[in-house]
Order: sequence, then structure tokens, then C-alpha cells
Amino acid sequence: MKSLLTAASLLALMALPGLAEPVKIGMITTLSGPPGYLGEQIRDGMQLAIDMEGGKLGGVEVALVVEDDGLKPGNGLQIADKFMNEDGIKLLTGIVFSNVAGATVPEIVDNGAIYISPNAGPSNLAGAGCNPNYFVVSWQNDALHEASGAAAKKLGYTKAVALAPNYQAGKDAIAGFAREFGGEVTEIYTALDQTDFAPEMAQIRAAGADVVFQFHPGGQGIAFLKQYQQAGLLGAVPMVLSEPSLDAVILNAVGEAAIGLRGTTHWNHDFDNAASKAMVEAWAAKYPDRPLTTYGQQGYDTARLIASALAKTGGVDDIDALRAALREADFESTRGAFSFGPNQHPVQDWFLTEIVAGDGGKPVAVTREKLREQVGDVYAAECKM
Amino acid sequence: MILFVEQVLNGLQYGVMLFLLAAGLTLIFGIMGVINLAHGSLYMIGAYAGTYVAAQTGSFWLGVPAALAAAALTGFAIEALVVRRLYARDHLDQVLATFGLILTFNQSIILLFGRQPLFTQLPAGLDGSVMLLPGLPYPTYRLLMIAVGLLVAVGLYFLINRTRIGMLVRAGATNREMVRALGVDIRLLYTLVFGLGALLAGLAGFMAAPILAVQVGMGEQILLATFVVVVIGGVGSIRGAFVAGILLGLVDTLLRAFLPSLLRQVMPGSEADALGIGIASMGIYLLMAIVLLVRPKGLFGATA
Repeated sequence: MKSLLTAASLLALMALPGLAEPVKIGMITTLSGPPGYLGEQIRDGMQLAIDMEGGKLGGVEVALVVEDDGLKPGNGLQIADKFMNEDGIKLLTGIVFSNVAGATVPEIVDNGAIYISPNAGPSNLAGAGCNPNYFVVSWQNDALHEASGAAAKKLGYTKAVALAPNYQAGKDAIAGFAREFGGEVTEIYTALDQTDFAPEMAQIRAAGADVVFQFHPGGQGIAFLKQYQQAGLLGAVPMVLSEPSLDAVILNAVGEAAIGLRGTTHWNHDFDNAASKAMVEAWAAKYPDRPLTTYGQQGYDTARLIASALAKTGGVDDIDALRAALREADFESTRGAFSFGPNQHPVQDWFLTEIVAGDGGKPVAVTREKLREQVGDVYAAECKM
Repeated sequence: MILFVEQVLNGLQYGVMLFLLAAGLTLIFGIMGVINLAHGSLYMIGAYAGTYVAAQTGSFWLGVPAALAAAALTGFAIEALVVRRLYARDHLDQVLATFGLILTFNQSIILLFGRQPLFTQLPAGLDGSVMLLPGLPYPTYRLLMIAVGLLVAVGLYFLINRTRIGMLVRAGATNREMVRALGVDIRLLYTLVFGLGALLAGLAGFMAAPILAVQVGMGEQILLATFVVVVIGGVGSIRGAFVAGILLGLVDTLLRAFLPSLLRQVMPGSEADALGIGIASMGIYLLMAIVLLVRPKGLFGATA
């Protein structure tokens, strides 16, 4: 009798996880410090998609487990180990910064888990360092800035100053911009924790260029734009920016100084497709006092991609099936046409935006034209899977 | 040449900001022997309180008293509730407690204002630039920052060297035990000094708000450089904080601005940039190491 009970309870225990426990998605992201709103947007964008399906993705109950990496690669690695080894999580996402991704992603994919990037797409993981278990929903870093290079060229500029922080994504940014721009580029590297750009302002003035390109995500971008205006450069030298330097939060914090700037993006809030409209509407209802940025959109799209895969596999137990289902990218992206290239990075369109005065003089980004159609990235050819 | 003048002004402006922060920190460390990591939080509180009031009332100038009051009151509260219990403890306990304060303040700000940076605006008349020399426009607001920093330096000089409180502060920085033995109400002095330090940090925070982003964690970004200023200037010395602040501001700015292009004369561009930036970001620490080799107690070190 006793042994029967034991056996029964053991069986019950074994059956429990399969029945009641939702699929856990591990999210490593940056929530603290100045760039904290980036991770917050990604997290809330994913959660929004989950809530819109009533706690499910693709009909499978999911739970988002979130930890803050504090923009420290070491923390990212530690959290990944904890997620995989202690919590048994097989599906990870969330990293904002390329330096954290560079340390963390190889550890995750080497352990046989799947990582889907909602933001960072460093070059070293896109080419020879690519991996079947690594997907990027947002963009490859270079491609993000190639769009700005293409925009600057199209607008007729020939001599540019390009500024970016001295880390992987910063180097990818300037390389990407220069590749499509084709003109003369003066490179200036800043520090990743720098907030006062007065020395750089003087250098920009001295360089005598006809356009400025700069990549400074989060708080750095706010400081840069304000100081650009205060230095009297705003009317003097036009600026073309990629989306991380010109997200909706930055626009709100910078105010009218942003009006007239040109940006490039893979998604904007005014996109006229059903998926985007549904997301924008749901976000406005859930977070009325916070603007939706591309980070939120990327989090949302990541969740939709996961949903499309879970709808086919019903869970994460069969990693091979999950990987194959993810690769199909069988979902309605909020940006329109979307597919994965051979290195599992996006092939997508890029758009030119302009910042204009919206309601009450507040700056808003308006989509102007399509710059590039269905492009991937230059590293895809080096990827052997 | 004009570029050089502009970069010197930039260095000067960074230097006076560092001085405002370091003045409080060096007094608190010199007189009370407390390592206050939460000094950056006071800077952040000044920025948030001032910016919030300025946005609500529509007047930039009303933000000034709000920033000063909020930072000073928070300083008094920190001193009375936390730091007062730490005077007799060793530095590790102080570091732990004040680090805890940083986390508490950061999370409180997130709860109150959210993670998104606040919008700040300069008053009309200050948002443009002035032609200092032909071909050298310089932001009016940064000139004002330099002026305020220098004024505060003069004010502190008189306070420290010409008043009774200043005399006690100097005595406290030199020999804290003796001041106590002479029957001075050391508790009151401690509270005043802490409040003054907090007030200066709040002022620095509010002044920095329109050019930087007002956001959680903004204090920690500048705290490290502030500690370097305190060490170079000599613990407890306002004069040291001033000289070291300006020196460090200039060294950091000029290295960052000119080293990469100087190196480019002798090596390829990309390597010159990488090396130049590397050395520039080490610059202030190299300076600290050199100063400590020559003068182990800092330039104007008072404590024996």
C-alpha cells in the first residue's frame, strides 16, 4: 500500500510540470542605471504580446522570468547560467547591449539553449561566429547604421563626422554608416559612460563636415542632442541618426531641439499595417503615460516570433523542432515584410523618418520614404551553419 | 588655436562641476572620516527636484531653491538617520551603508519618476551661444556654470578662512579629536558640514541637468571622478578640491580632445584613435598615481 502511494505521488510529481507549469522564457536585460528604460521597453513589449493572448504565446502558457544585467557582461553570464542550470530554462532573450551579448550569447548556445535577440546584433556573432541556436529579431548592428549611411548619401551629403562610443556596437555603427555613405568620414570615438560631449562639439565644428552621424543610445543620446543645440550646431550642421539615437523617449526628453532631424528605422509608430496598429493601440491602452519605442516594438515582435514557433511545437522540449519553427519566421511582423537570412538575422526594409512638431509642439517621428528594400547584412556570407 | 581655447573652456567647466561635488565630499571625509558613496545620489536628487519644480512652475530659476533645499534636507536626513551611527565604525561598514543608500535612492526615484529621463529646458536667453572671439561661439549656459562654480569657490574660501564655522571646519579637518576635546559641539558641526556638502552636490546636479540627461544613476557616473579629485587634492582640503578639480577637468578634456589627433601623426588612424581614447580615459588615474607618488597625502593634504 505504502509503496503504491509513493509510486503514485512520484508519478504525480513527474506529470505536474508538463501539465501545470508554463513555458519559462528567461529574459536577461538592462533595467538599472541610465539605459534602464531600454530594457524596460523590451520587457513591457514582450509582456504586452503575452497579455494580449491572455498569458499565452501561440496557445502555450508562458511565464517571463526577468533579471537585470546592469550593463555588465559578467552579470549577464551569471544570470544565463542560473536560468539554464537552476531554472531549466531553454529559451532566452532580452539583452540590450552588444558587449553583454558578446559575453553571454556563446555560453547560452553552447549549452544547447536557444537565444533570440530583441536588440543587440553584434558583428562578431553574425558572421563566422553565427550559431543555429542564435536568432536576431531586431537587426544586425551594421545594417541599422547602413540605413543612415544610405540616407545621408541620398540627401546629397559628401563629408561626414561619425561619432559613437568605443565598444563593439559603436564600431559596428561607424563601419556600417561609412559602408553605405561612401563619402569622406571623420571618426570620433567617445566613452560608453561619457555624458559631457563638449570636447566633441568643438571637434565637430573644427572638422567642417556637411553632415553629422552619431550613435548614442539612451541617456547619452539625450545629452548629445541637447549639447548639440546649446553649442549652436543644430541649425549649422544637419544630423542623420539611426533609431537608437532618436527613440520616442529621447524625443520627449530633448523637446523641440529634435525637430527637423532625420532618422532611419525599421519600424515607426505610424506604420500602416494591422499588426503594428494592434500593438500601438494595445500599448497606448496599457501604458498611456509612456511612449512606445523601437525597443518595445522589438520586444513585441520577439514575443510574436516565439508565439509562431510555440503554436507549431506546443512547447520547448524538442529544441530541434523549436529551432526549425523559429527559422520559418511565420508571423506578422509589425514592421511588414520580415524573414531570416542565412545567419538567422533579419532581412527587412529600412525607412527614412523626419522629426516634426506634433500635438502641442512635441516632436514626433514621421515616416517619409523607403530607403532600402529587403536587405540583410554583410556578414551573412561568412556564416557557415 | 581657437579650438584649443574652446577645449580649455570645456575643461574649466567640467572642472568646476567636479569641484562643487568634491568640495562636499572632501569635507565630509576629512572632518568626519566618513566615506559617503551616496554623495552622487544627492547630486541626482538636486537634479530631479530642481527639474521637477522648474517644469511644474515653468520657471527655471524657481528650480534653484528647490534643488538646494531638497539636496540639503536629504543630506540632513542621511546624516541624522544613517551616517551618525557610522562615525565610530570602520570604513567598510560606511561603504556598505552608503552603497545601500545609493540603491535605495535609485529605486525611490524609479518609483517616483519612472526610468525615463526627465525633460529639461533652459530659460530663454541662456539657450544660445555667445561669440567670445571671432569664430568661437560658446554656449551661454556653460559660461554661467563656470561663473557660478568660481563664485562658490570664492564664497567657500571666505567661509572657511574668515568665519568661526570655517575655523572649526579647518580645525576638524586637521585634528578631529582635539576639536572635540576643546568642547566644541561636534555633532552640530558634523550636521552642518554634511548639509553644506549635500547642498553643493544638489547645486551641481541642478546645473548639470539641462546639459546632461536627468536620469537614475546619473550620480554614479560622476562619483568616481569626484573621488579622484578628493584624493589628488588632499582629503579635507577645499583648496585642494578646487585646484585638483580644475586640473583634472583640463587634463581629461584636453587628452580626450587632442591625443587621438596627435597620435595620428605617428601611426595609422584607427590605431591612433584606439590608443588615444585608451590613454585619455586612463589620464585622470595616471595623474592620481603620479601625484600620490610625489605627495602621498595629495596636493594640499591636511590630515596627519
